[in-house]
Amino acid sequence: MELRVHDLACRRGEVTVIEGLNFRLAPGDCLVLRGPNGSGKTTLLRTLAGLAPPAAGRIELDEDAILYAGHADGIKAQLTVAENLAFWARVYGGADIAPALAAFRLGDLRDRQAQHLSAGQKRRLGLARLKVCPRPVWALDEPTVSLDRETVATFADVVADHCTAGGSAIIATHVDLGIAGTRLLDIAPFRAREDGDAGSPFLDAAFDAEPAR
Amino acid sequence: MMALLRRDLTLALRSGGGFGLSLAFFLIVVTLVPFGVGPQTATLAGIAPGILWLGALLACLLSLDRIFQLDFEDGSLDLLATAPLPLEGVVAVKALAHWLVTGLPLTLAAPVLGLLLNLPDGAYSWLLLSLATGTPALSFLGAFGAALTVGLKRGGLLLSLLVLPLYIPTLIFGAEAVRRAADGLSPATPAMILAAITAATVALIPYAAAAALRINLK
Repeated sequence: MELRVHDLACRRGEVTVIEGLNFRLAPGDCLVLRGPNGSGKTTLLRTLAGLAPPAAGRIELDEDAILYAGHADGIKAQLTVAENLAFWARVYGGADIAPALAAFRLGDLRDRQAQHLSAGQKRRLGLARLKVCPRPVWALDEPTVSLDRETVATFADVVADHCTAGGSAIIATHVDLGIAGTRLLDIAPFRAREDGDAGSPFLDAAFDAEPAR
Repeated sequence: MMALLRRDLTLALRSGGGFGLSLAFFLIVVTLVPFGVGPQTATLAGIAPGILWLGALLACLLSLDRIFQLDFEDGSLDLLATAPLPLEGVVAVKALAHWLVTGLPLTLAAPVLGLLLNLPDGAYSWLLLSLATGTPALSFLGAFGAALTVGLKRGGLLLSLLVLPLYIPTLIFGAEAVRRAADGLSPATPAMILAAITAATVALIPYAAAAALRINLK
């Protein structure tokens, strides 16, 4: 499942933040997004995930191929670790949650309510979701925030395994994950010009585009 | 879909709040009425259908903002929108879960509160039936309002202003069915119109609410 992006422009609210972006992501590729704060990494990932329509350009990818993981982990505080994970596993077709719990060392915490987890443990639970949702292209936004060094290495192994198995990943991060064969994509040069026409939110192409799924 | 329904019901039960709160609000509103209008049984019997329906409607309104707001805040809504579930289905399931934890308990509690208001004998079965057919429309219309106001801080009041006018037809025909039954007339016509309103709402609202969510998520 190859992701191809042609001349993409992304919009956050009424402001175009990225324009003229082209790249390809073949199976097995791991692409790390770099760029200063506010350069549009999150906006790009949300656009790829289909949460926002592209302001211009094209994204070639099968609709159900991408798995998005944002800043918030979507964890329900009143559910236990196992219940949180089992919910996403069922939504995505019922994968076994045991390997995912083991990979992120959550086995001992499986019956603990998520509200009693530390920030790092919550993030591990959020990342464990990746392993129960079988989709080939991962779009991850700052996945290593609040993780300790050991868990960052674990996470890098999980991503490397995913890519070896024919998946691909596009990751916005500021840390060096140490995954072999990683390509870097610096999006700072694609920043939209400040005088770019923001236009009326009611007349622009974003509203004419097909609703994103 | 079943997984989502189960998750929402579990959350509603575990977090308390929304579940018991609507029921308690309904109880209090209805018990306050005799204090306000006086204890004359004839007066109370006359206004009982309207009060019971209005109380149920307001109680239902209380927990509407929770339908999408909590999922929006913790990021679940982004993840659900990109999941293999159609967003229309997500809306329908969440509205159904809202009805199961508010509309259904309100319906079951209403006959007991009818006793407090001296509701005439023949009207109890129609009270149950009209609330059972009418409250799903309240949950689904409410889900539409909740989807429109989802990203807003303090959107609760705006949500009420948007949704209450939409509740008018349901209220009119729901209360009218009970009133006719109380007066010994046939309540079939308003009851059927009420059922039609609910059927149309349940069928159409998920599309409108999903469209509103998509705009709010981008």
